[in-house]
Amino acid sequence: MSETHEIGAERVDALYKRLDREAEAAGYHLNPDEEFTRDLVEGLLTNEDRYGYWACPCRLATAKKEEDLDIICPCDYRDADLLDWGACYCALYVSTEVKAGEKPVTSIPERRPPRDERPQFQEGSADDHPAPPTSVPVYRCRVCGYLCGREQPPAVCPICKAKRDRFERFW
Amino acid sequence: MPDAKGSVNGSKSNHKIILYALSTCVWCKKTRRMLEQSDVTFDYVYVDLLTGQEREDAMAQVHKWNSAASFPTIVIDNAESVAGYKPARLEEVLGL
Repeated sequence: MSETHEIGAERVDALYKRLDREAEAAGYHLNPDEEFTRDLVEGLLTNEDRYGYWACPCRLATAKKEEDLDIICPCDYRDADLLDWGACYCALYVSTEVKAGEKPVTSIPERRPPRDERPQFQEGSADDHPAPPTSVPVYRCRVCGYLCGREQPPAVCPICKAKRDRFERFW
Repeated sequence: MPDAKGSVNGSKSNHKIILYALSTCVWCKKTRRMLEQSDVTFDYVYVDLLTGQEREDAMAQVHKWNSAASFPTIVIDNAESVAGYKPARLEEVLGL
């Protein structure tokens, strides 16, 4: 693959500002190392151009969206990594302690299971749900855990802004 | 965008070093910078810029040395590996 196109500084700046605004509004924080974070945002835009979605810049995407769903930023593993390590895998997002400079950011272990162990590749289960305790199904955002009882998941998670395809049937 | 594969020649070439990386990954970038600043000779492979059999072969190598198949993976002397950006560990292994 010979990719020569460059992501313009204006695109990086616009997305950086948007992600920062959305993160702060939802109780998350971007990495305060602005040069590092802008490089990651550029990686997201590179992957947007390559694959059509924001695959994690620090993981190898397959270019098949259904296989890469769990690593579309914000990934399914962000919140657990923020809790355990103070940063997500690529370190685009950091905890309050890291943002305040009380804890350094380091390269952390990969939490994503190998392909065959991921829930979407396990047999059965995905469509087996006990009857919901409400008259409507309950959906869970795989990114942040937001639950909602409605006929269909929302187009965008009101908490973390993940798109509809990141929701799973919970009940 | 960097070349998919290549070599960097430093003045220290007593180890055979291969850096498996992603062109979009900032931890990979930091690792490459650290190797360059250490003035070591190394080969690099940006797996996301490879296609087809070349990519499969590179992934097989990454997986062989790092079961999480994560990036960066640095293979030293075809004998040991370092996964992730770990400058202290790399310095130790490379005797820097």
